[in-house]
Amino acid sequence: MIVTEAHLVEGLFERELPSKAPRDGFGDGLVVLGERNPDVVVLTGDLADSTRVSAFRDRFPDRFFQVGVAEQNMMGIAAGLAICGKIPFCSSYATFSPGRNWDQLRVSVCYSEANVKVAGAHAGLSVGPDGATHQALEDIAITRVLPNMTVVVPCDYHQTLKATIALAEHRGPAYFRFGRERTPIFTTPETPFELGRAQVLRHGSDLTIVACGPLVLEALKAARTLAAEGIEARVLNCHTIKPLDVEALVAAARETGALVTVEEHQIHGGLGSAVAEALALHHPAPMEMVAMPDSFGESGRAEELLEKWGLTAPAIVERARRVLRRR
Amino acid sequence: MASLLTLSDSEEVRLAETATRIREHVVEMLLAAGSGHSAGPLGMADVFTALYFSILNIDPADPWKPDRDRVVLSNGHICPVWYATLAERGYFPVSLLPTLRQLGSPLQGHTHIRSAPGVENTSGPLGQGLSQGVGMALAASLDGAGWRTHVLLSDAEHQEGQIWEAAMFAGKHRLHNLTAWVDRNNIQIDGYTEDVMPLEPLRAKYEAFNWYVIEIDGHNFKAIVDAARHAEAIYERPTVVICHTIPGRGVDFMERDYRWHGVPPDREQARRAVQELRSLRGRIASEAE
Repeated sequence: MIVTEAHLVEGLFERELPSKAPRDGFGDGLVVLGERNPDVVVLTGDLADSTRVSAFRDRFPDRFFQVGVAEQNMMGIAAGLAICGKIPFCSSYATFSPGRNWDQLRVSVCYSEANVKVAGAHAGLSVGPDGATHQALEDIAITRVLPNMTVVVPCDYHQTLKATIALAEHRGPAYFRFGRERTPIFTTPETPFELGRAQVLRHGSDLTIVACGPLVLEALKAARTLAAEGIEARVLNCHTIKPLDVEALVAAARETGALVTVEEHQIHGGLGSAVAEALALHHPAPMEMVAMPDSFGESGRAEELLEKWGLTAPAIVERARRVLRRR
Repeated sequence: MASLLTLSDSEEVRLAETATRIREHVVEMLLAAGSGHSAGPLGMADVFTALYFSILNIDPADPWKPDRDRVVLSNGHICPVWYATLAERGYFPVSLLPTLRQLGSPLQGHTHIRSAPGVENTSGPLGQGLSQGVGMALAASLDGAGWRTHVLLSDAEHQEGQIWEAAMFAGKHRLHNLTAWVDRNNIQIDGYTEDVMPLEPLRAKYEAFNWYVIEIDGHNFKAIVDAARHAEAIYERPTVVICHTIPGRGVDFMERDYRWHGVPPDREQARRAVQELRSLRGRIASEAE
């Protein structure tokens, strides 16, 4: 049963949902911030349009910095700006930032507790035709391991917009990632969003599906399929990977006894690993993971790739059945 | 270069004495720590002294005052000279210096931002400081603030690509409120810079990146102070001061020897070094009388 307080769109499964790219939520969120907070500044590494920071650039040209194809410098400049009281957002593709400037993120930003927000666009497998070089599937792992860091994976347009605003208000280094493609909008402006608090979207007591990013919708679809078989799955939108909502996860393990994690990321080091670490310490329970199976991606259309690599509702259903056999 | 705002002879003597005392601290700190870098801190003692005792708008009693000039150290391994300078200038007690690199000390082996009063940035992995300084200079411009950012760099860290990314950006934005000070001491861990990976022509490289370049003897206080004032008068471009220095300056058995880049003196070497520096300080004082 869908949680009423989550204020998801009406008729979730009865109609084709409107879609929008989550990166548009980032771009629109920045414009809101630009109006609201004069300290917000934006940097990009030659990707103003495709990371959707061009609207901010056009509205607030004095607070926009084009650094060219130089992600290490971008991160360092952002650190310097933050140290002097600005709230810089660095935008690039997730494979380049934090992929290529991790040392700068570690030393100039995280160790320095510089208030820098790193936006990783084109994250996940669904980048599609650009191929494996551009499909960031390791970014969660390399950011969540850093002390002082906050890591967020919003699930659709609205949540990306809310996350952008919430991260500007949060003091400290942060990384958030979003995909390239248009994805269905299944939350609404009324859907609550709180950093660090996993969100129960569906009640259930037989198992819990813990998901992040656009695959949260696949988790909801999987739960619907399972319900037809008499299996009630709780669905948890774990949008904040760090700090992890351990309380919600322990409650899920205790109350439902089995979990499936779902993410567009390598099976090692991402959401699944974070959940496994927390539960191993606090409340061990059988777990299965839906994730990239320690492989690089390839060119193809987004839906073809998700299908090939098993990041779909049917794959989640299959893992749910498997984890229930282990319970 | 003709002097723009020449130091008086007595001020110069005072700076020379202070720099020598800072070098003594550096040797004693490295001995106490049992690890660390000797050549770079000794080589840059004169530039640090000139900055903190003559050039910068700072107040040790109010170390984070908003309109202070910013100092960013990019090659964090020479931090003993920064710590010793800050202590001599009154930011924190000189008695803290021997805690360098020890558990619980604010004086980390490589700098950590705000770990002690006056420590403005985190640095260790080479090549990151110029970008940090560029960000600070941009922030000052955005705020219409008059303070200046000084970034201190080693020569060999110019082998990192990030330095040139930052140099390109500063040139593009004509960051005239930014002064970079390059310690051109010609050494790095594995040998002489021109053997490891040649940097020359360094001046031409910076000029090609649209910087204003000043070259000085990094042990000449009048030249250091003049260069700082000269940079303030350049409104079209960022300025880099290439400081030709002698690594290990002031300790004869360390001078110009790259093997002193990354090692501390032992007890006997430290005793000789301090003795040499003390007698140098005595000579400076007596010659001034």
